[in-house]
Amino acid sequence: MNKRQGEGCPKKYADTSRDVSVKSSSPVLAAFKVFQQELDTRHDKYERLVKLSRDVTIESKRSIFLLHRVTSVPNTEEILKEADLKLDGVRHKIGQIAEELMGEDIYQFHRAYTPGIQEYVEAVSFLHYIRHRRLISLEEINARLVFCSQGAADALSPGSQVLTFHVTPSDYLLGVADLTGELMRMCISSVGNGDIDTPFQLSQFLRQIHDGFSYIGNTGPYEVSKKLHTLRQSLAKVEDACYTLRVRGSEIPKHMLADVFSSRTTLIDPEEGVV
Amino acid sequence: MSVTEMFGYIQGFLDVDQEIREDIRKVVQTLEQTAREILTVLQSVHQPSGFKEIPSKCVRSRDLFCKVRAQIADLKTKFPSEQYYRFHEHWRFVLQRLVFLAAFVVYLETEALVTREDVAKILGIEVVREKGFHMDIEDYLAGVLIMASELSRLAVNSVTAGDYDRPLRISNFINELDSGFRLLNLKNDSLRKRYDGLKYDVKKIEEVVYDLSIRGLAKEAESVGSK
Repeated sequence: MNKRQGEGCPKKYADTSRDVSVKSSSPVLAAFKVFQQELDTRHDKYERLVKLSRDVTIESKRSIFLLHRVTSVPNTEEILKEADLKLDGVRHKIGQIAEELMGEDIYQFHRAYTPGIQEYVEAVSFLHYIRHRRLISLEEINARLVFCSQGAADALSPGSQVLTFHVTPSDYLLGVADLTGELMRMCISSVGNGDIDTPFQLSQFLRQIHDGFSYIGNTGPYEVSKKLHTLRQSLAKVEDACYTLRVRGSEIPKHMLADVFSSRTTLIDPEEGVV
Repeated sequence: MSVTEMFGYIQGFLDVDQEIREDIRKVVQTLEQTAREILTVLQSVHQPSGFKEIPSKCVRSRDLFCKVRAQIADLKTKFPSEQYYRFHEHWRFVLQRLVFLAAFVVYLETEALVTREDVAKILGIEVVREKGFHMDIEDYLAGVLIMASELSRLAVNSVTAGDYDRPLRISNFINELDSGFRLLNLKNDSLRKRYDGLKYDVKKIEEVVYDLSIRGLAKEAESVGSK
């Protein structure tokens, strides 16, 4: 050890690069080469998951926009089918996420894909509400996220391997919180189209969700309390809308309701911008 | 399932989660206590009198690591082993401290960088994730970086205590560590931030070595080495 110390030190000031090459066989550098590989593999996987998550987010958002069109179209079933098709594509992407996560601790990479999953929950629960007028459950979401890994199926194992993706309760919760914003928009636009029943249904549903979130309160993850604030605003907007409909509805002829209502929403809108 | 039922069901999950976190927090607190005890034992090497007692200090801290092993074994029972990363944040800090302490002890004993396997053995945990409670590679590297700044301090204090050889050996060691870290492609995270501090430790030690060599104090050590 003394020997190495004698030759290593004075050179250090002259050039470090040669010093590195001299010692490149040292156990420390060998160990760090292993670390380099390990870290790179991990970061690569993380990046791939972020990409997949972004794709899931974009496609889910598009499905939601598509679903907003149901209020103004006579044939809703066609739009619902199209949205289902879009969401199948999203599910395929989630299958790829599940494949990436195979054999990993899912929480290690959770931050990479949680935005996408939340958006997916939002889209799928929105579709479910429009179709069935009730809240989709966590099991129902997870039940559709079962995949057969194609790659392994024909190459390695004869029986296709079943992959599942589990949406965590907190992702579900955050997705449902986002859903309320979409429901509010749906409520406003359905009034615009002269639909008087939907707003009342929606306000009841939103109230139930609001009660649910109040029940959970601050025991949930930190983001929930933030979303609870927006949820209150959405609920107030919908309740105001229902109030207007009830009060003015009996006085004004139906075909004029839309005008009354749209002037009301423009009154509310700037308030939202402030908060 | 009605909305109310659904939220009750989710609440169940959250309650279980909360309970596990409470349990983990309690054990982590005892771990932090032990880590502080070990640190106190090792801090005395910076005292002038402490340099002669390094072997005995190492033995004492090795004894304390038995306690760590027991506490970590306790921690393992608090949560399902496949959910390590779900609760990782709770023990991340203390695990990094423990890696630092283990690495410091091993450095004082052998003047070599502790391997991941050895740290895992000292702490009574696994190296790879598949086998259970393990040591994340980033935590290992963070612990090693904490040790680097401790060593730059040791270099200064060993000169004060009249030990002129040690800074040279530390300088070699840290330089090797530095070139090791330069091999890594770090992301812009906490580990990267900590790594950015390494160059100041390197600089500090080089200054010490420089001070020693211009005064001819490093000469004796060197001439012994090159003969």
